[in-house]
Amino acid sequence: MSSIVSLPDQTTARIPKRNYLTNENGILSWLLTGDHKRIAMLYLISITFFFFIGGALAGLIRLELLTPQSDLMATDTYNKVFSMHGIIMIFLFLVPSVPATLGNFLIPIMVGAKDLAFPKINLLSWYLYLAGGSLTLWAMINGGVDTGWTFTTPLSTHYVNTNVVTTGLAIFVAGFSSIFTGLNFIVTIHRMRAPGMTWFKLPLFVWSHYAASILMVLGTPVLAIAIVLVLLERTIGIGVFDPTKGGDPILFQHLFWFYSHPAVYIMILPGMGVISEVISTFSRKRVFGYSAVAFSSVAIAVFGFFVWEHHMFIMGVSNYSTLVFSLLTMLVAVPSSIKIFNWAFTLYKGSITFETPMLYAFGFMGLFTIGGLTGVFLGASGTDIHLTETYFIVAHFHFVMVGGMLMAFLAGIHFWWPKMTGRMYPEKISQLAAVVTFIGFNFTFFPQFLLGMLGMPRRYAAYPPEFQVLNVFSTAGATILGVGYLLPMIYLVWSLKYGKIAGANPWQATGLEWQIQSPPLTENFVEIPVVTQDAYDYEWLERQKEHEVTQVG
Amino acid sequence: MAVVHEGEHHEHPAYQRHHFVSMEQQKESASFGMWLFLLTEIMFFGGMFTAYLIYRNWYYPAFVAGSHTLSIVLGTTNTAVLITSSFTMAMGVWCAETRKRGGLILSIILTLILGLAFLGIKSVEYHEKWVQHHVPGLRFDAMTFVHPKAEPGQPVEPGLPLDMAQHTEIYFSLYFAMTGMHALHMIIGMGLLVFMLVKAMRGAYDNGNIAFIENFGLYWHFVDIVWIFLFPLLYLISRHQ
Repeated sequence: MSSIVSLPDQTTARIPKRNYLTNENGILSWLLTGDHKRIAMLYLISITFFFFIGGALAGLIRLELLTPQSDLMATDTYNKVFSMHGIIMIFLFLVPSVPATLGNFLIPIMVGAKDLAFPKINLLSWYLYLAGGSLTLWAMINGGVDTGWTFTTPLSTHYVNTNVVTTGLAIFVAGFSSIFTGLNFIVTIHRMRAPGMTWFKLPLFVWSHYAASILMVLGTPVLAIAIVLVLLERTIGIGVFDPTKGGDPILFQHLFWFYSHPAVYIMILPGMGVISEVISTFSRKRVFGYSAVAFSSVAIAVFGFFVWEHHMFIMGVSNYSTLVFSLLTMLVAVPSSIKIFNWAFTLYKGSITFETPMLYAFGFMGLFTIGGLTGVFLGASGTDIHLTETYFIVAHFHFVMVGGMLMAFLAGIHFWWPKMTGRMYPEKISQLAAVVTFIGFNFTFFPQFLLGMLGMPRRYAAYPPEFQVLNVFSTAGATILGVGYLLPMIYLVWSLKYGKIAGANPWQATGLEWQIQSPPLTENFVEIPVVTQDAYDYEWLERQKEHEVTQVG
Repeated sequence: MAVVHEGEHHEHPAYQRHHFVSMEQQKESASFGMWLFLLTEIMFFGGMFTAYLIYRNWYYPAFVAGSHTLSIVLGTTNTAVLITSSFTMAMGVWCAETRKRGGLILSIILTLILGLAFLGIKSVEYHEKWVQHHVPGLRFDAMTFVHPKAEPGQPVEPGLPLDMAQHTEIYFSLYFAMTGMHALHMIIGMGLLVFMLVKAMRGAYDNGNIAFIENFGLYWHFVDIVWIFLFPLLYLISRHQ
């Protein structure tokens, strides 16, 4: 199979002696660093940790659902397990996954800056993330929380006796970490671009992070206030969401979903940015319809703020607003499909090669499309009333979040691993991991669509025996999926020492980050670059190489 | 971090951070970041203003009755105090820009005193609510709204039906949540003021590195503006009638 990978001669190649990893030594040089690349690595380690906790909880859920009875754990334990799975995976993994790791690492380099605009605030955001994560773990060890990740009132304020306050505080704190990341990105993209780096020369990765940052900055504070009001109601008993005092629990839903629907796009948009980079690089073509893809990110961010009520169709909201929000929800499908179509057209007549990041990107395109299309089922209020609160919805958002975002995250990690560490991951086994993940994923979540259509409700530890076959399929698939996630964990760590030396540009990619050494210097660039080329200009790259050759000659 | 090697970058002041190309870029970034942060604050308070809007429409009589228990005199005084503190803060920024250390210290101290005065008056008001059993959840009794007592020198207000009277608890919930969040922002702001005072006395702002003061000024004015919205919404409902 053909490949575009071009590595330096392994017998002579060395990792550059001076780089951001070796610049300073000692644990304090990491814990007090202002370097966006080091903070990205800190984030990468911490989100991997939380991903494995969330993943272990997912494993417990699937094990419990292997049999129709509630036998592995008590039903209230099951409630706590799925609540924690959701809280950890959403707030501690998916929201920071790509932005805080890859975004943090790459955005300053991609715009041609030495660092993010506010390095200290960037570090603060990591500490806030850790504080939120520790509080969550503490709540979990201390008895857990069983409201689901949605903290639905009045359940969360009146009827459960679990650690709502601690978990709520944890999310409040973690939310600020996300606000600071978004704020840093927006300011950096606006104010720190290198000379010549106009908006339309920016890589699409930067555009999608810009859109996601807008959502973080405008959405997260609304979640913060919703949580503050829940906590005040739970601790001192103010009545804003309490129907016995005249408060309205639906108001909580409005405030909560005003953040939590845009949060879905906070999670997926950075992933879409990764896919744009990967697809372009491995088909050797400029992304088809660059500006359409760029604006579709912004359009998703804007539309994303006007669809939140589709989470509440069955909660007693007005029929007329249901109609409006149903229509608005369909609108979000437009920019999403612009992206999918444009990626497909980028592939058309491209010189496609099948390195691991590309395999994950293909996985993303397929699974995200299924996830997105089933989202249209749920956006149409008629079918939503039948399907909501069933496994159909569970399958839908796992296709988008796990099939989409996690695939994109892994695509990105593999794609930029040589840049981050200076070493290649092992190609064959990682291709295997990508395929195993894809198979395991479909095995796990496709049966859940069927279960949902048949009417199996979500969030119950027990179910009627006729659903068992599909549930066994799903659990078996989850086992394969688990292997698919463990493999990269192992071989990526292995590659840190034994991987091949990658050199500056193993993929022959055009981004600014590939024109500097790997791993980069602490200040990224020896000299701030002057940008004259467009994004994804492979001819420019060829000319650069010819230029180098003549220089040497 | 901000060490500039001798003879390398003559044109850059010592306080320019290493990752900025120019002082102008550093200044613009800081103030842009501050405006964005204030935008998040608007969204944060926006959640409560939304709740206020909805419940005021639903329970208008209860909101009127609740509002009439607040002291207009104290509320107006506090508004004046806070606007004055914004003025002293603006003076502080001006003094910092023109490198008048004495004026800066004086302005910060005045701003602190006015901030304390605001919180003092606010705590008097909170205490009054506690005495009157108007604290939602902890100490609340709606009966004073069913059978209002005649205040000396004021006409007796008509009583509310029991169910509407109970909804005054929503009004007071919002009153405490909104003014409480506002007060919390002031307390954080006063902590920062003390920090700036110590630094100003040590002469840290004499070299013109005053981005922190300018951006804090924006924050302080923002907190002021929130109050400018809270005051009419909470204190002045149907006062014209």
